[in-house]
Amino acid sequence: MRYMLMHKLDENTPGAFDPSPEFIQDLGGYIEEVAKAGVLLAAEGLEKSSNESARITVTKGRTTVIDGPFTETKELIAGFGLLEVRSKEEAVEWARRYADLFGRHGIDVEVDVRRVSEGPMES
Amino acid sequence: MSPVTEPEAARRTVETVWRMEAGRVVAGIAGVVRDVGLAEELAQDALVAALEQWPRDGVPANPGAWLTTVGRRRAVDAIRRRQAQQRTLAELGRDLDERVSPDLDAVVEETIDDDLLRLIFVACHPVLSPIARAALTLRLLGGLTTGEIARAFLTTESTVGQRITRAKQTLATAHVPFEVPGPAERAERLDSVLEVVYLIFNEGYAATAGDDWVRPALCQEALRLARLLQGLMPGEPEVHGLAALLEIQASRTAARAGPDGAPILLNDQDRSRWDRLLIRRGLAALDRARALGDSGPYTIQAEIAACHARARTPGETDWARIAALYADLARIVPSPVVELNRAVAVAQADGPAAGLELARKLADEPALAHYHLLPSVLGDLLARLGRHEEARAEFERAARLTGNARERSLLLERAAGCRSKKS
Repeated sequence: MRYMLMHKLDENTPGAFDPSPEFIQDLGGYIEEVAKAGVLLAAEGLEKSSNESARITVTKGRTTVIDGPFTETKELIAGFGLLEVRSKEEAVEWARRYADLFGRHGIDVEVDVRRVSEGPMES
Repeated sequence: MSPVTEPEAARRTVETVWRMEAGRVVAGIAGVVRDVGLAEELAQDALVAALEQWPRDGVPANPGAWLTTVGRRRAVDAIRRRQAQQRTLAELGRDLDERVSPDLDAVVEETIDDDLLRLIFVACHPVLSPIARAALTLRLLGGLTTGEIARAFLTTESTVGQRITRAKQTLATAHVPFEVPGPAERAERLDSVLEVVYLIFNEGYAATAGDDWVRPALCQEALRLARLLQGLMPGEPEVHGLAALLEIQASRTAARAGPDGAPILLNDQDRSRWDRLLIRRGLAALDRARALGDSGPYTIQAEIAACHARARTPGETDWARIAALYADLARIVPSPVVELNRAVAVAQADGPAAGLELARKLADEPALAHYHLLPSVLGDLLARLGRHEEARAEFERAARLTGNARERSLLLERAAGCRSKKS
């Protein structure tokens, strides 16, 4: 079963979107651990919203496109990891270790664990 | 320490962490005691300690290291007890004191990687039967219970339990050292490891859309092991070849059975349901394998799987390349089944007559005397050449040989079709 881990950060927190070399090294260690365990399918990190972002909204049939940064949004998705694990508990444990990594560097973070839909959409 | 959670939730966390860490914990303990059987018992003791303590005190920040350290401490206790009777072990005890520090940081991740590799080579030692190796590997590296392994292999828990116990005894009796094999036996021992991972995968893959979720889960366990091996042995081309083969085969899981569980052949599968992510991963692993040197049997099979994966429709399949790859494969691992597959590919590339010529040569192969796919292929090629009477005889022969009811009715339908075309 697949889960997506999405971590959300506050762009106004210093170091959140421009991590220190120490953080990057720690992160590398974590990614290696998940990859070596054979559960990491894919992972990406995102740029801050001032860098080439846009948001498309449809409200009552009206489409609007606005460019970033999204200063009014406090928690922005900052990256995701796609894991193939045996249970929700395992996904949560990997997410906990991921969140702890931010905590060790004094960065507040929120990590969502979401089940990926599998199989045909029609069933 | 994370906040203390509900006891039930904590127990599930312990079990989850155990499954995630079992291989590294057993390996880390075996690195000290140099005995896989004993290491597993000590790891189980550590698990029991975790089940007592974590619900009360919270889950430690590095649960794997916690389990390994507790297991190693128990090892020291056990060896000290033996020392009291047997002074000759004193030296080993001193050595252990140096290696087992009360500090969690002493569980150095790099040395655990080395121990994990040793554990894999021991669990998959050729002195054990492939099925015993598979059970031991799932137990020691996958953290599966004997009950889960039994369900996965459609056997009883006591059978699996005995199999694992006997396997540990065999390893002890044969004095299999807790070491990565030296260059002289490296290739043979690696084959023995890869064979086990492939066996586990096929055990799950052969069961199409079964009622039992455990069997498809075996494919996942095998993929996990293959990816783990990639990390531990990045320089071995066949490790990446096997991983590539499994990723690409697993990419077809959703497409290879109909809603009623009936198997769907490759050419009839809805390719939009193939998992592109797994295909990409498979192709990347294949690139790594090829970059490392000559292709072994797993890499060649992965290449063949990749030919199918790259074709968006069956018509785009590069059958000439597949035929050439089967010829390569037959040179390394000569087998009539590989030859038969080559005949099918040649028929697709150069027409049914060329394929028939190759397939006919296999008619006297004793290994294929009761193999239903030979007459089935012959029937198909003859029918495409318009030789319906001969085709009908082959389909009927194939129907008599197959053990699968669904397949038999399909073959008899084709036989009946030949009869009507002839008249």
